Order: sequence, then C-alpha cells, then structure tokens
Amino acid sequence: MAAEDRPGLAPYALSAPAIALFAAVVLVPIALTVLLSFHDYSSTEGILTVFVLKNWRELFADPYFREMFLRTLRISLWVTAICAVLGASEAYILNRMSARWKGIFLLVILGPLLISVVARTLGWALLFGGSTGVVNQGLMALGVISAPIPFMFTETGIVVALSHVLMPFMVLSVWAALQRLDPQIENAARSLGASPATVLRRVVLPQVMPGVLSGGIIVFALAASAFATPAIIGGRRLKVASTLAYDEFLNTLNWPMGAAVAVLLLVALVLIIVGSNRLIERRYQAVFE
Amino acid sequence: MSRNGPLALVFHALFIAFMLAPILVVCVVAFTPEGYLSIPTTDWSLRWFRAIARYPEFISAFWNSLGLAALSSAIAVAFSVPAALAIARYRFRGREALTALFLSPLMIPHVVLGIAFLRFFTQIGIGGTFTGLVIAHVVIVFPFALRLVLASAVGMDRALENAAISLGASSSSVFRRVTLPLILPGVASGWMLAFIQSFDEVTMTVFIAAPGSSTLPVRMFLYIQDNIDPLVTSVSAVVIAVTVVFMVAMDRLYGLEKLLSGRGKD
Repeated sequence: MAAEDRPGLAPYALSAPAIALFAAVVLVPIALTVLLSFHDYSSTEGILTVFVLKNWRELFADPYFREMFLRTLRISLWVTAICAVLGASEAYILNRMSARWKGIFLLVILGPLLISVVARTLGWALLFGGSTGVVNQGLMALGVISAPIPFMFTETGIVVALSHVLMPFMVLSVWAALQRLDPQIENAARSLGASPATVLRRVVLPQVMPGVLSGGIIVFALAASAFATPAIIGGRRLKVASTLAYDEFLNTLNWPMGAAVAVLLLVALVLIIVGSNRLIERRYQAVFE
Repeated sequence: MSRNGPLALVFHALFIAFMLAPILVVCVVAFTPEGYLSIPTTDWSLRWFRAIARYPEFISAFWNSLGLAALSSAIAVAFSVPAALAIARYRFRGREALTALFLSPLMIPHVVLGIAFLRFFTQIGIGGTFTGLVIAHVVIVFPFALRLVLASAVGMDRALENAAISLGASSSSVFRRVTLPLILPGVASGWMLAFIQSFDEVTMTVFIAAPGSSTLPVRMFLYIQDNIDPLVTSVSAVVIAVTVVFMVAMDRLYGLEKLLSGRGKD
C-alpha cells in the first residue's frame, strides 16, 4: 500500500466533513443523553434540568430493572452459544461443498441479512403462533415433544428468533476464517494417520476459533441491543433492556430514566466487547508465539 | 478435497430449512383467501395484496422509505469518499481513532442512537422532520459506505493518478477522470449496501419518525404490535420480494459475501 511519508494536513482536510458530521450528530447527542440520564422527571412538570443520581440509584437498586438486564444477558448468551455451534458447523460443511452449491447456499444463508428484521420476526411469530403453531405441530408429529412448547411471549421464542436473525453474522465470520485455512494441512494430518474427528478437533477448530470468537462478539452485541425481535416475540410484558428504554421514552415519557437505561446498556456492551477482545487477543497471541 | 458425510448433509438441510422457514411462511400466508391468518392449501388469492391499496399509510411509508434510503445513502457516500481516501493513503496521527469513530455506529446499539437523536433533534427544533430522519440515517449507514469505498481505495493503483498528474492534469480533473472511475465499484456497492441498511432500519427510526412521515419498517412494526393479520404478511411479502431482487443484483455484480464482510470487489 502506498502511504506517503509526510502527510501534513491533507488527511485531516479530506476527512474534515465526516469528522464534523460525527462530532455534531453522534458525539454531541450521546453526550446530551448521558447528561439527560442525570436529570429528574416529574409527571406534572416533565424533565427537570437538575443534576441527580436518582435514576442511576433506582436502576441498580430496583429488582425490576435488574431482572430486565439479567434477562437481556441470558438471552444474548444463549443466542451467541446457539449461533456459534450451529453457524460454525454450517460454515464448515458449506466450505466442503462444490463451488456451485457453495455460491447458492451462501446466498441463501447471508441473504436474510438484507431482509427487513420486522418481516423475518413476523415469520417466526407466524411459525410459533400460540399452541397451534407450525413449529409445535411439526415437533409433535416427529415425536420430539409431547406437549406444545410456549414460544410466543417467552424467552425461548426470543432466543430462537434472534438466533435466526443473527446467524448470518456467525456464518460469515467463520467462513472468512475458513478461507484462510490451507486445505493441505487437513490432508497432511489425515495422511499422518489422524482420524477425521481428531483433524477437526486439533487442526480445524483451533484455526477457525478466532472466527468463531469474533463472530460471537458481533452476535452477542447485536443480541443484547436487539429491539424489534424481542418487542414482537416478547410482547409488551416480557421486556429486555432496549424495549424497556423504548417504553420509558414513548409510553411512560420518563425520558431521564429511559436515557439511564440506554446509557447503561451502551456502557455494559462497550465493557464486554473491549474486555473480550482483550482476552481473545492475549489468548491467541500465546497460541501463535 | 474431502466430502461431506450423510450426517453433515442432513444437518445442512435442516439448517437451510431453519434459515428459510420464517421467510417462506410469510410469503405463503400472504396468499391466503381467508380473512384470518392461515396457510392456503387449495385456494390461493391475491386479495391481501389488493388490500394494500386501501391502506395509503403503507404506500406513503414505502415511498418515504425509498426516498430516505436513496438520499441518505447518497449523502453518506459523498462524505465517505474523501474520508476513505484519507484513511487509505495516509499514515497520520489519530488514523485508528478516526476509523473507530467512523465505524462506531455499527457497535452503538440503535436504541441508544434513537434516544440520542430524539433528545438532540427535539432540542434543536427538528424533531419529527424528514431532515432529522435523513441526518440520522446518514450516520447509521456511513460505516457500510465507508468500508466498501475504503476497500476499493486501498486496492487502487496510484501510478495511474501519478501518470495523469505528470501529463499535466489538474487535481480536480485527476479526481474526476481517474480516481473516481477507479473507485466507482466501491462507491456503487457502498451506496447499494447503505441503501438497503437504511431501507430496513427500524430500531432507531421508531424513536424519531413522526406518525405522518414514518418509514415502512416502522409502520409494519407498529402495526404488528397491535395485531398480526394477513395484511401485514402481504406487505412483508412485497418487501421480501423487492429485497430479493436487489440482493440477487448485488450478488451478481459484486458477490454478496464480499459486500457483507466489507471487502468490496476483488
């Protein structure tokens, strides 16, 4: 790549419009939101521009809020685990197909990313559809379950639908890692007498693990901040952090509380993402040294 | 190359069924002749597609979404081209921080952005306006535009620019007649990916869209929250059909997997 020795002011001048845009409409609004979370609210007078810790204290003390955040965490962990196991396996299988089928199935798996998340979630709402839903009928006909599983308005339903919504990100990430893998290494291991299972465990898995982990971070972050899917499948009562913030803003109209919920979600996510990135880097540095 | 065993193929079939089932069920239910949600078996009907015409709010929301997506992704691309050239060509202080800032809308939950924009726009007096929607959408689609423009700017051969300069071309005509044509695949694919991201966005928009100027996904979301009926399945089926056409075009032109992983055209 051709990089110039003394760039001077050119790069700053070139990116100035975008920097100005982001400063004005990303950094300022987020700072205002943080500020808003320290304001007070009264149902008669609206937002009171004072500086109080009331919302934050309530957020940490009230078990109602703790339950929502724990639910968000639980759902995100399940979705990440399901996507990692199924998505990584599928990426591996896909990678062993002929070029023609690979292209077709990659389009089928990644294509849903471009389809409105509302339409995809609507599909799950139709498939779940109470106790008479297609999924339950299918599972019961196959003898997998004896009584219908409640999917609508449950965490199970949210986990299944979100796993579908976010699966393409995991497949994409593992797929990218597999492209860097030399198929000859697998063949070498086989010719040296390793069983297919050993090759998978000792050769393939360690090499695609960075892909699984980076995909896992993306899936976790998006699951924890997902809104439309938990709102539709969870209904009005089963709330997660993002639907809680929405309710505080647009139904209760307690904007300061809603802002506190949103800021906490943002801070928690940033900490989790940065923390796990560090861990992964340290761990894989050790492997490659 | 080793082949997949039968167990792997069964897993693969189930996986594909899992990925397609919710999308297919929407498209099938949309053809129901009944007045309630059901899977049509013998009779297929277009009545719910015709019914869309009686709901002008869906149609106006569709045009609104289309205009918003076209405009905001065009603005985002315009902002991203100079920024991408700066990041691709120069090693300067703050380069990594700047890239992180520009990609940050990918990592900040859209709920947080929605709340931040709602508060900000109300304070500066553009709450609920189309201008506000455009500004917000430019921000959220910017990373998609930037990544693809960046991918083509990094791969660009600088010798062609230098040749034009040495032949006496002015810097504006170098940009117009050499640089821009060379990064055009990145610009075009960046615009397309930005367009579809804007067109699908619901979480942030639900906070800032006024009832009169709502986008299609927001309309669909609010409608589903009240009740699910065949009408919303036929609207969704139309959205899915439009997206699939767009998707196949993008795949033929650039390769979907390259676009989505931000690598641009090879």
